[in-house]
Amino acid sequence: MAKIKGDIVVNIERCKGCEVCIASCPFSTISMSEEVNSKGYHFAIKVNDDCTGCSNCALVCPDGVITVYRAKVTV
Amino acid sequence: MEEKFAHPELRTPENLVYKRTDFLVDRPLSYCPGCGHGVVHRMLMEVVEDKGIGSITIGISPVGCSVLAYDFLNVDMLGAAHGRAPALATAIKRLWPNRYVFTYQGDGDLAAIGTAETIHACNRGENFTIIFINNGIYGMTGGQMAPTTLPGMRTSTCPYGRDVGIMGHPMKITELIAQLPGTYYVTRQAVHTPAAVRKTKKALRKAIDCQDLGKGIGFVEVVSNCNSGWKMTPVQANQWMEEHMFPKYPLGDIKVDGELVK
Repeated sequence: MAKIKGDIVVNIERCKGCEVCIASCPFSTISMSEEVNSKGYHFAIKVNDDCTGCSNCALVCPDGVITVYRAKVTV
Repeated sequence: MEEKFAHPELRTPENLVYKRTDFLVDRPLSYCPGCGHGVVHRMLMEVVEDKGIGSITIGISPVGCSVLAYDFLNVDMLGAAHGRAPALATAIKRLWPNRYVFTYQGDGDLAAIGTAETIHACNRGENFTIIFINNGIYGMTGGQMAPTTLPGMRTSTCPYGRDVGIMGHPMKITELIAQLPGTYYVTRQAVHTPAAVRKTKKALRKAIDCQDLGKGIGFVEVVSNCNSGWKMTPVQANQWMEEHMFPKYPLGDIKVDGELVK
């Protein structure tokens, strides 16, 4: 069965931890890290495998730190 | 740091769905975390990229938080005196009619000190695009009351809430300029949800396309948050904006193709 699978790459140093992406993600895939970046912000990380690459998070991200990939994979 | 749920095999150019446009300069934005300016900057530059007009676009940055827009937008930019961006845009567009000109202004710039310039540029039917970011507050200087501040809203200069008896009513400048015959496309959008961001991008595209027609101003108001000025977290600020700003500043097109629709 074909399935859509997505992946996000967060530019950790640019993330300001505003959490707007968390509110926009329909699959609760994003959460804030426990670590901080060099500016002291918690940054967005992927916390489960449900991402479909819908790019909602990337659209609302004020700093444009999220890059989205999406592919059809056969399970 | 090890990424637990990463899929490096998916990260190939053919699988790429979304990335930050190259028309934004590769440096960190100076705005507060969660500020809507970043999204509007990105959508504007995506429109410029899609339209392929990067080398013939001239932007005018205002005074306010977005005064540093010229550091982030990778197109030709000029800085105008406070509120005078429409006047400068008028000159540029008249001298360079084949260039795409836009002004990017906040509510303190466009609706307070620049009211006369805005209204007269719209009334003359100039042929450029105005992007108006409305967050109901003077964000850069520390959250003072702006003409667009809601009744009862607390700011640093009206700490007991805006009293309309003394301080006047919030100004809906977008509805005001929609009445003028010189405007061709007037709309109000937001950037707090993915759907709203997509709509804003379409509106910006339409407003820039107005310059091809030469029939008047394309005006896009974006209702945005100012979580630092409102003393909230970004997510709370977006919720507060939905509950309080949108009833006063309803989203949607106000004037399309020169005809009032609302």
